[in-house]
Amino acid sequence: MRSPRALRALVFALALVPLARFVVLGALDSLSANPVEFVQRSTGTWALAMLCITLAVTPLRRLFGWSWLMRLRRMLGLFAFFYACLHLLAYAWLDQWFDWNAIVDDVLERPFITVGVVAFVLLIPLAATSTNAMMRRLGRRWQELHRLVYAIAVLAVLHYWWHKAGKNDFSAPLAWALVVAGLLAVRLAWHWASPPARSRRSAQAARTMPGGARPAAAGGAPLRGPTLRQAPLERE
Amino acid sequence: MPIRISDPADPRPGEITPRESWERLRERRALLGAAVGAALTPLVASAATPAAAATQAASGPADAKLDAKPSVLSTMERPTPREDVTGYNNFYEFGTDKSDPERYAKSLRVRPWTVAIEGEVAKPGRFDVDDLRRLAPLEERIYRLRCVEGWSMVIPWIGYSFSELMKRVEPTGAAKFVEFVTLADPKQMPGVRSMVLAWPYTEGLRIDEAAHPLTLLTFGLYGDVLPPQNGAPMRVVVPWKYGFKSAKSLVAIRFVERQPLTSWHRAAPNEYGFYANVNPEVDHPRWSQATERRIGEGGLFVRRQPTRMFNGYGEQVASLYAGMDLRREF
Repeated sequence: MRSPRALRALVFALALVPLARFVVLGALDSLSANPVEFVQRSTGTWALAMLCITLAVTPLRRLFGWSWLMRLRRMLGLFAFFYACLHLLAYAWLDQWFDWNAIVDDVLERPFITVGVVAFVLLIPLAATSTNAMMRRLGRRWQELHRLVYAIAVLAVLHYWWHKAGKNDFSAPLAWALVVAGLLAVRLAWHWASPPARSRRSAQAARTMPGGARPAAAGGAPLRGPTLRQAPLERE
Repeated sequence: MPIRISDPADPRPGEITPRESWERLRERRALLGAAVGAALTPLVASAATPAAAATQAASGPADAKLDAKPSVLSTMERPTPREDVTGYNNFYEFGTDKSDPERYAKSLRVRPWTVAIEGEVAKPGRFDVDDLRRLAPLEERIYRLRCVEGWSMVIPWIGYSFSELMKRVEPTGAAKFVEFVTLADPKQMPGVRSMVLAWPYTEGLRIDEAAHPLTLLTFGLYGDVLPPQNGAPMRVVVPWKYGFKSAKSLVAIRFVERQPLTSWHRAAPNEYGFYANVNPEVDHPRWSQATERRIGEGGLFVRRQPTRMFNGYGEQVASLYAGMDLRREF
């Protein structure tokens, strides 16, 4: 991409479309017969969608060599956190009116809410360490910490799955489960196909080969870890 | 001056039906009554002429009027806007989303329609739904509806007490329960192709619950015949139980000796009991039942309201459950 700034601005604007939609529909009094339920569910769906989009960055980069995607990953991840915050706020405010007794009961007694809250709590350190300064400070541990996102994705799907169990209709959560499973499966496949990069140097050497990042099948050593150009700002 | 203690059953000032809506309803009824020449005849059918009736039958009588007397069993609370009643509900035969019934039920053919009344009755048979509708005077019953999912409405239903039908078909001493069976036609009902529930949808009541005057055999709402998505042409409405107990689009009513295995109980016995009485103290495993969201009461910033025992009908029905542990028999 020629102009990363323009691209980032465009993606930023697109990621705000769901929020804008709530505002417009709300102003038109068109948030369905049950506006609270609508906003609660839609923000949850968008949090999960943003999480999946964020998780798709690395596979897409490696499969198609779209290294420019890496520049968007932090922003996409933060949007996942943003919609998760709205989702939680919709529940705690619009649905429960900060009735803490009811909320605590829900969190302790209802597995689907427990799991959702755990997923949200785990997102907080990831959002908090998304700055360049934190990346630098944490060094290698940053990557280890941010592997939590895999657990968060699984918990988010479980949250949706158990929520839909009340309706006995798993078609939507099943679709999301397949997406998350696919995104995690490619990572596992890459992990098994090659031992973790012995050193950053060898990874960097591979990275400079023609064709950029490719899976093992396409020849060349598969890449893990950051590239010279992106490190440490866009570290994986 | 006596001190008036507010009763949770009292309507809030905002819940009282505005005078003009009532006047409009009355006006409409008066006109109808004049058209058929019998304003107070309880059994006025919807159509003015046989030809009109035929047209309605062919096109689906979505806008056919029903005349009904007001009932003392009606709540004074403000009815939920009609578009919410007809646009937001569960009818899994048409899909699991609450907008699916309105979207996909349009094509449901509701005439000709017969209902099998069978089992432990002296006079079983297969009855035309129009004959059933003329069996007893129609009443408008404005009932609260509490969905097990935690939302509620107030709906002006039209029908008569199910006990009227029982009087005609004469259940025998062996009839301990009533089983209600909904149409399951995959050609007309896309949801029936899914495996979400065991079809046909089956619900049931204990015989004394079925005989309770509040249990309504229902043919209309908001002055008209039932729209397909709300269970046309005939359903049952049991206002003190969660909505799923009130089976829609009935094709069979069976008087049986053993407690029927109902669809939701079969799907998740630990979540949906046979009784399913509205009970704020017994939570669904996935959510609290202590409060409910009243549909159509404004936008995003309206609070939930407390759910009442037996959906506020405890005075009438609590005695049916005397001595029962409602936590265990939920």
